[in-house]
Amino acid sequence: MTADVLGYDEALAAFDPVLGLEVHVELNTASKMFCGCANAFGGEPNTQTCPVCLGLPGSLPVVNATAIESAIRIGLALNCQIADWCRFARKNYFYPDMTKDFQTSQYDEPIAFDGWVDLDVDGETFRIEIERAHMEEDAGKLVHVGGSTGRIGGAEYSLVDYNRAGTPLVEIVTRPITGTGAKAPQVAKAYVSFLRDLMLSLGVSDVRMEQGSLRCDANVSLMPRGATQFGLRTETKNVNSLRSVERALTYEIQRQAAVLSGGGKVHQETRHWHEDGGYTTPGRSKEQAEDYRYFPEPDLVPVAPSREWVEQLRGTLPELPAVRRARLQGEWGFTDLELQDAVNAGALDVIEATVAAGASAQAARKWWLTELARRANEAGVELGELAITPEQVAQVQALVDAGTVNDKLARQVIEGVLAGEGSPADVVAGRGLAVVSDDGALSAAVDAAIAANPDVAQRIREGKLQAAGALIGAVMKDLRGQADAARVRELVLARLA
Amino acid sequence: MALTAADVARLGELARIRLTDDELAHLAPQLDVILESVASVAAVAAADVPPTSHALPLTNVFRADVVTPSLRAEDVLAAAPAVEDGRFRVPRILAEES
Repeated sequence: MTADVLGYDEALAAFDPVLGLEVHVELNTASKMFCGCANAFGGEPNTQTCPVCLGLPGSLPVVNATAIESAIRIGLALNCQIADWCRFARKNYFYPDMTKDFQTSQYDEPIAFDGWVDLDVDGETFRIEIERAHMEEDAGKLVHVGGSTGRIGGAEYSLVDYNRAGTPLVEIVTRPITGTGAKAPQVAKAYVSFLRDLMLSLGVSDVRMEQGSLRCDANVSLMPRGATQFGLRTETKNVNSLRSVERALTYEIQRQAAVLSGGGKVHQETRHWHEDGGYTTPGRSKEQAEDYRYFPEPDLVPVAPSREWVEQLRGTLPELPAVRRARLQGEWGFTDLELQDAVNAGALDVIEATVAAGASAQAARKWWLTELARRANEAGVELGELAITPEQVAQVQALVDAGTVNDKLARQVIEGVLAGEGSPADVVAGRGLAVVSDDGALSAAVDAAIAANPDVAQRIREGKLQAAGALIGAVMKDLRGQADAARVRELVLARLA
Repeated sequence: MALTAADVARLGELARIRLTDDELAHLAPQLDVILESVASVAAVAAADVPPTSHALPLTNVFRADVVTPSLRAEDVLAAAPAVEDGRFRVPRILAEES
């Protein structure tokens, strides 16, 4: 099944990739786009249907107001213009995933258009231009029976569940993305990841790629380095995770490069990504251009959002991810790398809450990205799911700042909190973890260590200060780690000065 | 611009209507007359008259995002020619792996 591929570096030395990304977002409205059936994933087959979404004669669709609001908010968040007036259109096709034999969509009058987003990939900024974001409805779900692969080709027959038919969708289409070079697959992944974060912060979709509520069709073509005429593109479907966006495009670039280098031609076609094998195969071949015979949907009146409504919706936009990151970086004084680590670890929320609870940004970063990241990783959970609150992490740091515990003891305090032993103060009391800050007890331990190590003490007296480590270690051992090492060092050096 | 038999054949294909050559020869001129009649509207519509898609002077007809009861699955499936596993069973879609 796997086609010939060219090495990635070799492919990029000869060709420039051009990307085009179409992302479908299923909106999380309570009801469907044009009827009151529940918009919910995972119901028993065909239990969420009615005459409208089954396309029965005489039924009439009515637009879901919340879906329009979500579409406008998505458009605004993508820096788009919002149409003064636009219509729905019928996209006619014969396929059993829609009983109506058409999909209600938008054609040349999208509700949002001409937007852009800036993405940061490895310290380089790429501007992605958004051609349009339009409203449409999802289709039913097919299961192909018979044949070896569960795919449509070779199947004996298919089974249809119309629960998903009529689910509100927003399709976001980019203009051709050029100039990404070898980073093309990374840029595509960053874009889809950006949209995922954006939809979450807008609260308009669950954006669960594995459930299909965020889907990406990845178009790519190659042209010789330095050329301006785009090559023929392929459109890869079934790309169901952020990782597979990157993998599928990497594969397609290598496959097309091999075809072109061998003197062949890339066929403009839809291809199907195989996650397990890591390759694409041709899908439905299109012998002639699709002819959907779009025409304005006569059963739905035009949508004409007033400027007042649009501005009111603009006022409901949350702080967008890129703006928030810039603000937090400024407030926290993080380097780019520190911020990126925090973003990658999904730690912005918990660090922000820990800082709000009184810890310094650096202390909050340190705890969440080292000790707590390790424990979350071991437990296979997100940072926010750990059994310790940002307030408790701030309390741990306060104990360190007050000299009550040192870093090593603080890790034991965290362990105690995670084990359900109560607040950090409870753990310190319960486990007897406070450092010995009583100088009398510390002095006695220092004197004992000096007496037990006369050779070391002599070398320190002669000025070999690096030898102090051995005495500090002896004191810390004596006090079972419950001492402030810096204070012990002061006492040792003062005694032997 | 006369509608040819080939145009009508293509439309028949798109509409999944199989037409014989005799039917094409019979239908093409008839459809052509209909198109010409409709096209005469264009002759009187000045540039400032936009094409009409909706007869009603309405915009923004919405419903609140509220769930209403769906049909029962057994009633829905009762209308289907074939049913399996609570789903509509439809004939093979593609003949073979392409």
